[in-house]
Amino acid sequence: MSAIIDAGGLSCPQPVLMTLDKIKDMKNGEIIIKVDTDTSKENVSRAAESQGWDVADIQKDGEGYQLIIKKE
Amino acid sequence: MAQLKNFLSTRWGIIGVGGFIGIIAALLQKLGNPGNMGICVACFERDIAGAIGIHRADVVQYMRPEIIGFVLGSLIAAYIFKEFRPRTGSAPIVRFMLGVFAMIGALVFLGCPWRALLRFAGGDGNAIFGLLGLIVGIWIGTLFLKGGYNLGRTSKTYTSVGWLLPLTMLGFFVLMLIFPQIKGETKSGILFYSLKGPGAMHAPIIISLIVGLSIGFLAQRSRFCTMGAFRDLILFRQAHLFMGLLALIVFAFITNLIVGQFDPGFAKQPVAHTMQIWNFGGMVLAGLAFALAGGCPGRQLFLAGEGDGDAAVFVLGMIVGAGFAHNFGLASSPKGVGPHGIAAVIIGLLVCLFIGFTMRKK
Repeated sequence: MSAIIDAGGLSCPQPVLMTLDKIKDMKNGEIIIKVDTDTSKENVSRAAESQGWDVADIQKDGEGYQLIIKKE
Repeated sequence: MAQLKNFLSTRWGIIGVGGFIGIIAALLQKLGNPGNMGICVACFERDIAGAIGIHRADVVQYMRPEIIGFVLGSLIAAYIFKEFRPRTGSAPIVRFMLGVFAMIGALVFLGCPWRALLRFAGGDGNAIFGLLGLIVGIWIGTLFLKGGYNLGRTSKTYTSVGWLLPLTMLGFFVLMLIFPQIKGETKSGILFYSLKGPGAMHAPIIISLIVGLSIGFLAQRSRFCTMGAFRDLILFRQAHLFMGLLALIVFAFITNLIVGQFDPGFAKQPVAHTMQIWNFGGMVLAGLAFALAGGCPGRQLFLAGEGDGDAAVFVLGMIVGAGFAHNFGLASSPKGVGPHGIAAVIIGLLVCLFIGFTMRKK
């Protein structure tokens, strides 16, 4: 089961804060994050990688993006 | 194009953009802009407020093309790279008030974060107190962010909504062409101009505009933000944006040395005062307001250019705040703080705390 974070409509640092909170809770697994700007996409990717998570996939999701980050 | 897109948001990209802003700002000063004020978003928005008569401080009236260029350059970049996203509805009234008090705090110190860095890079020791204040203000902001502070979600809206601030800026530029500065006159048609003081010092219009457009374009791509630089460092121990800020200082410093603009000291620095508690206090207020609003004044202009209607409201708040700052005697001058500047900083901090404590979701 992947965790889902809907950060649509939220501006930074909220999407990053939400992602980091979830990372802290989960330790490992898969998280799907929905964002709606390129800035949030970049910031969330950077934050996830800094915590040792991989950005496994980034897909267009309407006007925004859906990121999948993973840690084994 | 895609490579450029990737490059500017990388570490070397943000360093390049910070360095570019540092060099260009120092050169704009050489070309006529005021001392250690090659670029100052707060001061220049204040000058625009003067140019359209929102305040009548006769030494700070000029329609600064740099600000116009920042918004339009960002708009162009956003369209080229398909990032124009018209959006609004995330607590606009709160953003307006934060803009008002951010401007008041910045004018008690005498500069936005960009100018604080440029003052430091020009040898103005008073800027150290402003920068410390800025860091403390942003740090308080991060405590609120950690505690669940949130301005709420934006909604997608009509394209025209995202165009309103860029069109306003375009309108300002057209006004400048219709009513150009007349030598020795304080008024040209409906626009006010300064005969002396910082408002009378400016680089040629076309250079200011081209520089503004280039910085707007690059900053939209790189997400350059001075508030975010400190915020991310404090909140996430992440130095990405901070590298851009450091590059700005280093390259402005080197350029100042080369063109003979480096003048270390505290007394008699250009457009600066030595009341250190209020250099510090003014920027605590500004830093907190920027952190609560999610961006430094420059970043708010770039966001407004890419369609963020809430950032546009913050910009308008800053312009109106400049009116309050000068009409009510809140803004400082080289002689020191204005007669009511201290009271305004305290009121501003109370307003920011009220916003920070009451807008929390858990």
